[in-house]
Amino acid sequence: MSHTLSRGLLALAVLIVYLLHQDLWLWRTARPLVFGFVPVGLFYHVAYSVLAALLMWLLVSRAWPKHLEQDAERHGQDRDRSA
Amino acid sequence: MIPALIVFGYLAIVVYIGVFAFRRAHGREEVEDYFLANRSLGPFVFLMSLFGTNMTAFAILGSSGHAFHNGIVTYGLMASASALVIPLTLFLIGTRVWALGKRLGFITPVQLFRDRWETSHVGTVIFAVQAALLVPYIIIGMMGGGTTLHAISGGAVPFWLGGAVVALVVMSYVFFGGMRGTAWVNTFQTVLFLVFGAIAVVVIGAGMGGFRASAGALLASPDSFLLTRERVPPAYFFSYTFIPLSSIAFPHITIFCLTARRMAQFKKTVVFYPLCILAIWFPCVFLGVMANRATDVPEIREKVEARETLAAEGARLSPGEREALKARAEADDVLLLLLERYAPLWLAGILGAGIMAAVMATDSQILALSTMFTEDVFAHYEGKARFGEAAQVHTGRAFVIIITVVAYLVALRAPETIFALGVQYAFTGFAALAPLLVAALFWRGSTKWGALASTLWAAAAVAGVAVFQAAVPAPPPGPPTVVWAVGSLDVLARTPGGTSVLGFLPVVPIVLGSALLMAVVSLLTPKPSPATLARYFPGR
Repeated sequence: MSHTLSRGLLALAVLIVYLLHQDLWLWRTARPLVFGFVPVGLFYHVAYSVLAALLMWLLVSRAWPKHLEQDAERHGQDRDRSA
Repeated sequence: MIPALIVFGYLAIVVYIGVFAFRRAHGREEVEDYFLANRSLGPFVFLMSLFGTNMTAFAILGSSGHAFHNGIVTYGLMASASALVIPLTLFLIGTRVWALGKRLGFITPVQLFRDRWETSHVGTVIFAVQAALLVPYIIIGMMGGGTTLHAISGGAVPFWLGGAVVALVVMSYVFFGGMRGTAWVNTFQTVLFLVFGAIAVVVIGAGMGGFRASAGALLASPDSFLLTRERVPPAYFFSYTFIPLSSIAFPHITIFCLTARRMAQFKKTVVFYPLCILAIWFPCVFLGVMANRATDVPEIREKVEARETLAAEGARLSPGEREALKARAEADDVLLLLLERYAPLWLAGILGAGIMAAVMATDSQILALSTMFTEDVFAHYEGKARFGEAAQVHTGRAFVIIITVVAYLVALRAPETIFALGVQYAFTGFAALAPLLVAALFWRGSTKWGALASTLWAAAAVAGVAVFQAAVPAPPPGPPTVVWAVGSLDVLARTPGGTSVLGFLPVVPIVLGSALLMAVVSLLTPKPSPATLARYFPGR
């Protein structure tokens, strides 16, 4: 998969997760109570937090800006030497 | 009194951590060591401390209080929106800020802006706006410290003494330990709260007769709306996804991004941040909602009754009577009341210490303000060149004392509501400053004039909302007071809780306006020199 396509798909994934925050379909209902005590609207957003963590894992593993780190380390060492 | 003694024990540990961090610095009076822990924080301390820095009294006490009256919507408004937006901004912006800091030696965001846009005075304007938005936060932290210690001690420690103790403790470890001490204290606080928070949920649940029974009873009661979002308009809910943009723009968070030893330390932070939010916010929100069933606690019963009276008779009451009822319904202490009623004394004490720690999150803001003053004003205007690096650290430490003492004195005399509102505006203001970071890091075409327009807009718009809310009294619970309508479209309205613009919170138009001004004004004004652009966008 090309670099641009991969970045595009990740951006689309971020947009979809952002939009999923607006769960209008669970707005007016408390039932079912998940595990017998968590209203479904609250459970959805708990699951959403886990989904956000999975998305972050995907971003970190597929789109980590390695070049920034390499540049910074190199220039940082230069800066330390000059100091 | 036992919980208060445990809290005092905790405060002593915190001071020791600060002094220990001072010894670790081996007496070095180096700027990067004091203000940035020598850019040396490891992955665990970086994650826990960054999370602890964001986890203020609002997260712990405010979320429970908000959930008590508004229900499960609190989690969607404040936690799950942050679970996506905050780590995303750390991934996109935090890593780049870290890399530039490491490469070019920045310590504050204003230094970055000054260099990126080749400007001195625009940087000073940004510094002034950032400082003005940060100060109410510090003052409210002092007030929270006094109030919490007063509550935990059962009234034995008066407000003025509680505030003084908290101010002294915070000042001590920030003064001695600088960023290293602050980061270690925040880590200690976060671990404490994560571990004992989970125990508290189990203990309180058992004390209330089980959450299944409480949830079932709440569902069958007139308060069942607390388990849905039926009373919250979708546009209002959507607006809250803009608020977490403020996190990365808060100077103490931007500065904290510079403390990581390696950029790879952001990886774990970004991935685990949403799970940390879940671990802290879910218990706080859930307990806040379930507290409505704890009517065997007289103070909680009084709050429920005040809310019901306000909802049923609010329109007929005078503004003064409504304010009195709102004060009686104020619920930021429900978590403390649940602990007092259902948890054993030792657990209540440890959790009280955890809550105390969250209230003391003001430490990072005090250090950030001190860092900004010494770097953006003292050093920038030749103080460092004339007096040297050691004098700069001494100035930073002196500034820590001055800020703490002034904030404490103001906290003693001023009404809390003013600063509570100030903090409310601070989130909107910093969210509106987020486009500055985005433009500086990602857009070659951005200019200092765009940054100036964006900053002035953020300050003016936030002040405008404050003036509007002071001039137009809040209506009783129910429909808003429409101030400006076009046809059937309500453009500007005063709601019981604040202001509405086209149904959205003001943060939405203010952030969009800030981004638009940055774009339009930058397109019309000259760019920085090619040499500067080459340093920020190499290879393009």
